[in-house]
Amino acid sequence: MNSVIPFLPLLLGALAAIVLRGWLRNLIMIVAPILGAINLMGMEHGVFWSLEFMGYALEPVKVDKLSLMFGYLFHLASLIAVIYALHVKDTVQHVAGLAYAASAVGAVFAGDLLTLFIFWELLALTSVFLIWARRTDRAYSSGIRYLIIQVLSGVLLLVGLLIFAQVNNSLLFTQIGLQHEGIAQVGAWLIFFAFGIKCAFPFMHNWLTDSYPEATPSGTIFLASFTTKVAVYAFARGYPGEEILVWIGVTMACFPIFFAVIENDLRRVLAYSLINQIGFMIVGIGIGTALALNGAVAHAFNDVIFKGLLMMTMGSVLHMTGKINGSELGGLYKSMPKTTVLCIVGAASISAFPLFSGFVSKSMIMAAAVSEGYDVVWLLLLFAAAGVFHHAGIKIPYFAFFAHDSGIRTTEPPKNMLIAMTIAAIACVVLGTFPAQTVYALLPWEHSYQPYDVTHVLTQLQLLFFSALAFVWLNLRNMYPPELPSTNLDADWLYRRLAPAIVKRVASTTYNAYVGFEKSVAISIKQMVQGSYDAESGKPKGYFARLWPTETMVVWVAVLLAIYLIFYYLPDLL
Amino acid sequence: MSDKHHSDDGWFDKPENVKKMLKVFYVVCALLVLVDFIVHRHIYHDWESIPAFYAIYGFIGCVVLVLIATEMRKFLMRGEDYYDE
Repeated sequence: MNSVIPFLPLLLGALAAIVLRGWLRNLIMIVAPILGAINLMGMEHGVFWSLEFMGYALEPVKVDKLSLMFGYLFHLASLIAVIYALHVKDTVQHVAGLAYAASAVGAVFAGDLLTLFIFWELLALTSVFLIWARRTDRAYSSGIRYLIIQVLSGVLLLVGLLIFAQVNNSLLFTQIGLQHEGIAQVGAWLIFFAFGIKCAFPFMHNWLTDSYPEATPSGTIFLASFTTKVAVYAFARGYPGEEILVWIGVTMACFPIFFAVIENDLRRVLAYSLINQIGFMIVGIGIGTALALNGAVAHAFNDVIFKGLLMMTMGSVLHMTGKINGSELGGLYKSMPKTTVLCIVGAASISAFPLFSGFVSKSMIMAAAVSEGYDVVWLLLLFAAAGVFHHAGIKIPYFAFFAHDSGIRTTEPPKNMLIAMTIAAIACVVLGTFPAQTVYALLPWEHSYQPYDVTHVLTQLQLLFFSALAFVWLNLRNMYPPELPSTNLDADWLYRRLAPAIVKRVASTTYNAYVGFEKSVAISIKQMVQGSYDAESGKPKGYFARLWPTETMVVWVAVLLAIYLIFYYLPDLL
Repeated sequence: MSDKHHSDDGWFDKPENVKKMLKVFYVVCALLVLVDFIVHRHIYHDWESIPAFYAIYGFIGCVVLVLIATEMRKFLMRGEDYYDE
């Protein structure tokens, strides 16, 4: 076996990026993911590295089709993100980006829960620097919130795995499921929620929409690629076929599109649509048939590329103009024509136009939903698919590059950014046009599916064109909500406004009560002092105060002697 | 920028161009509905047998989406610096 541990090339790349500078660093950072991917090709299925720890068998590196697929994906994603970030002169971002990618690769090859937990936490610790690297107050506090929530997810995972270690006497990461007896049930749910937080389940999703738009233009590309996809992977391995996931997933697919329509920050629009796309994957995992699971992981693969592409085009806009709000942009197609075209390719892919990557994987999930009798789910997913086209496919390119001319005149982004976006765009078209020869050859479960038939192409085109027609119609009638500088309340209001307000209330009430108490004590002491002093004669009122100190002493010595006497006779009396 | 004057004259700035483009778009939409009656497509679900089901669903779905989202603004929208205060 000539292969090394899968995450090693990326990790070494990250370490090299600390000390190297200039073209040598650029070269090493580009070579690291390429070598990493070649390394994966030489790996055989099975346990690559096992050891014993405190009586438990650990498998820090285990290879199968599912982990290999995500392994390739993460190497491709990190290559694109590294190229996109080459112009950045900030060592922190380069090191954090590669270390973050290495953690993601480590997590998907982890054969036991303890190794998974370590990489789970490393994902959080390495990625937060990509947010802080923006170096604004907003990014700083957003990063803190991100870190707290991510670490909380890790803690839940740790408690869950400890329970499992106790009950099953094993730490190996296989299918967990939600049907257990007694305390193991608690452990299963804890791990479920740990995965759910990282997967941006409803009400646990705001770390994503909060922090991703605050990160640096290139940092967001890394962020959008790894954390949530590791969580999708973990669900596919740990909880395939759990029906609750279908309903969670369909909620995730539907509610963010409403927020995306009214959101002004275009990278936040993409963050919402990221949750919407994960919703499709979670539905697929919940259905749990070979077709659905294949669809889910294929969609994860495609999503990393097309969401990365869209994020990159918006990052380019932010990098070149310093603006990202829809209300401040518009008309950029004149000065950034190449970026515009690349953005439209990404938009077509996420909207699942035939010949673009989203089409095949999304139809697999939809077909699985219909064939398993999930009628309502299918209808809602269809609505979500139309909604995606509406906010990510039309709104993003329209408000950034077309709409009214904002008067901004800029140029295309640096060459490395254009190259990275072009690679992603080509990948979108190749994956969508030649699915059988590319990503679908990697699919873990045995199932053949033919996405390109007249029915699929026709119905999908009808859906998309009439969604676009709705946009045109609403726009012409001035019913489309304009882009407004605003903040929209979401579940994060609970911990950014409500909880602090309650804590403030409680704290100020407690503090006021304490101040009041202190005051009343001070007043009563003062009164006591005043009451014992005769101001007119200038003498204290008390009996002892009128005596000489020696006289007082004599009295107290007499009292002491009396007490002593009583104690002396006390035993005899009893 | 020497060609600023030139670059201000974008293709999409001319209303007649936009109108032309929209016309093509409307024609494509109409054709897609027509094809629905000519081509025999597979039916996996009962509702799919409704003529032009996907076109109707896509249009209505998006209009409803936008109208609800606009209503949501009334109670969810706050100032840009809401959390920074």
